[in-house]
Amino acid sequence: MKIAVCVKQIPDPAAPAKMDANYNLARDTKLIMDESDSYGVEMALQLVDKAGAGEVVLFSMAPGEEVSGLRNALAMGAHRAVLISDPRLAGSDALSTAKVLAKAIGRESFDLVLAATESSDGYTGTTPVQIAELLDLPSVTFAKGIEVKGESLIVARQTEAGFDEIEVPTPALVTVTAGVVEPRYPNFKGIMAAKSKPVEKLSIDDLAFSPDSVGASGARETITSIRPAESRGAGTVVVDEGDGFAKIIEYLESLKVI
Amino acid sequence: MWFWKLNCLVDSKAIGFRTMDFELMHHQEEFRELIESFAAKEIAPYADLWDERGEFPLDTILKLGELGAFGITFPEEFGGLNLEFSTLCIAIEELAKVDSSVAITLSAGVGLGANPIFSFGSQEQKMRYLPSMCEGKALGAFGLTEPDAGSDAGATRTKVRLDEKTNEWVISGSKAYITNSGTPITSVITVTARDEDGVSTFLVPSGTPGLVVEPSYRKLGWHASDTHGLSLDEVRLPYENLLGAKGRGFAQFLSILDDGRIAIAALALGLIEGCLAESIEYAKTRNAFGGPIGRYQAVAFMCSDMATKASAARHLVYHAAWLKDNSKPYKQAAAMAKLFATEAAVEVSRSATQIFGGAGFIEGNAVARHYRDAKILEIGEGTSEIQRLVIARSLGLPQK
Ligand SMILES: Cc1cc2nc3c(=O)[nH]c(=O)nc-3n(C[C@H](O)[C@H](O)[C@H](O)COP(=O)(O)OP(=O)(O)OC[C@H]3O[C@@H](n4cnc5c(N)ncnc54)[C@H](O)[C@@H]3O)c2cc1C
Repeated sequence: MKIAVCVKQIPDPAAPAKMDANYNLARDTKLIMDESDSYGVEMALQLVDKAGAGEVVLFSMAPGEEVSGLRNALAMGAHRAVLISDPRLAGSDALSTAKVLAKAIGRESFDLVLAATESSDGYTGTTPVQIAELLDLPSVTFAKGIEVKGESLIVARQTEAGFDEIEVPTPALVTVTAGVVEPRYPNFKGIMAAKSKPVEKLSIDDLAFSPDSVGASGARETITSIRPAESRGAGTVVVDEGDGFAKIIEYLESLKVI
Repeated sequence: MWFWKLNCLVDSKAIGFRTMDFELMHHQEEFRELIESFAAKEIAPYADLWDERGEFPLDTILKLGELGAFGITFPEEFGGLNLEFSTLCIAIEELAKVDSSVAITLSAGVGLGANPIFSFGSQEQKMRYLPSMCEGKALGAFGLTEPDAGSDAGATRTKVRLDEKTNEWVISGSKAYITNSGTPITSVITVTARDEDGVSTFLVPSGTPGLVVEPSYRKLGWHASDTHGLSLDEVRLPYENLLGAKGRGFAQFLSILDDGRIAIAALALGLIEGCLAESIEYAKTRNAFGGPIGRYQAVAFMCSDMATKASAARHLVYHAAWLKDNSKPYKQAAAMAKLFATEAAVEVSRSATQIFGGAGFIEGNAVARHYRDAKILEIGEGTSEIQRLVIARSLGLPQK
């Protein structure tokens, strides 16, 4: 089973974020693997393990020579990586990113393309389905589990109420919800092995893009303003005076969950 | 965070000049980050619980084994990674920032459990015991100390004789305070024993008839580390369980302890850094008399002293490790690192509890645990007095 996994390398969310005048996140610091993507990597590794053979190939678009996030996923067990890096890609919007990743992924054939439901920095949640569209693949979003059934996949797709079971023919693109699997720790052997795993570096010329079709000049989205998310209001404190149980039931009933 | 780049002058050579290098090598930084996140997720939330219950965290140790921590320094043929001793020190340091008990389980597992077998064992002994130890699926222990022979470990009273009829060694005696000797995954205990040729070492597999692992001690600290007294009553071992040459036990354990001392010093360094981080955070957020306590010079200077001791300890630890990794003499450096770092750990943990005030005396607070855990560092693998003795000897001072 051959699986492509999109891996975004983002500034460490634990470090204070910097933004330029166009509200673009500064990416000139050390980048790490977006935690959201570690679930896709883990799921891909599990699927290949289960299939008994196969390959997990990572795809990332990132500035500079940044590979530390990819190394991390390679240390977990992914087989090789493709990094698309080009100064002319700076300022790309979600669609440009999707075009670039789709073109890079489309150079090979895969049974499955995995991506996170959304990235932790941009949170647009639109790139994966655009990749699917560009590659002419069916897509299933919000997966909490994937099983192979012959030439198809059975995807458990999370919903508000539970999950749907969806059968989709391969090749397909599936987005994986954060937290649905436990990403393995890379071990020391994996870290050492990752050093010699191939990381192919591509420019936009390698992918035959004209400079004005991608990057800031190709972007159709602009960020016009940003503001902090509203902080959550304080919750209701229920004091247990021996009737805490009844109060909880009453509250849940008022929400119509029970 | 900066470190010495141990063993690696390649980068600076490439650009045409050599310089002292104080940074971690790339893989070392990756390992450090891995252990840091492992400690944050798998250890920190439970450290207090294990401490309170005196529980050896078997599952966590097995997970640490899966990471490869126990095999860092051993050759690949035994399932290890064949990497630097300094890399092992980094792992111990990172763990000790959070939990000394887990850190000593690694340190003793490698330094006292596997290392004697690796250093003195036959190929067959190595193949039998090392692979599972490198994977962290088995732990070894080193039974040197006895109720009447600690600092003076050469005074071993445990006796051995060869039963010539069966060609078996027969060992009787007792051992005290042996780390990792009674865990569910302890596979073998190396013990020292004496006959007319002097002291020799023997491999005693767990479960050998006559070997009794006594109940755990109630300790001041290291509650989640496994420590037992052992009694050996006519323990019979096949001839091939002799480890290394007959009568070489004294020289063997001296060399084992030199390595162990650097590792204990790394553990002390981690504990110091753990205390420092907790103290800085508390000094910023705890208010008294209308502002954070960190604005008082009395508190700030304690933090300054802690940071300075951490830095001094770091240099001693990684310099000693660097000497060892470069096959240079390191006996004196190891003793100095252990002496300074462990005494600093006791001082720093005392200051940290002081900064925390009453909260520092309450169990459940990491600095309280660090305070209790620090004291053993000045005692185990050679007391501070013994380190001073070793250093004095290296200075050429008269012995008698
Ligand atoms: C939790 C724990 C784990 C341990 N794990 C192990 C283990 O895995 N394997 C093992 O073999 N041992 C282990 N030990 C034993 C430890 O190494 C000894 O306790 C230590 O070496 C000191 O020996 P002792 O307790 O007999 O003290 P003693 O040697 O009796 O020392 C008592 C005091 O006298 C001082 N003293 C002794 N000789 C001199 C001298 N020549 N000059 C100046 N002062 C001197 C000492 O410094 C000390 O202050 C462990 C101990 C503990 C508490």
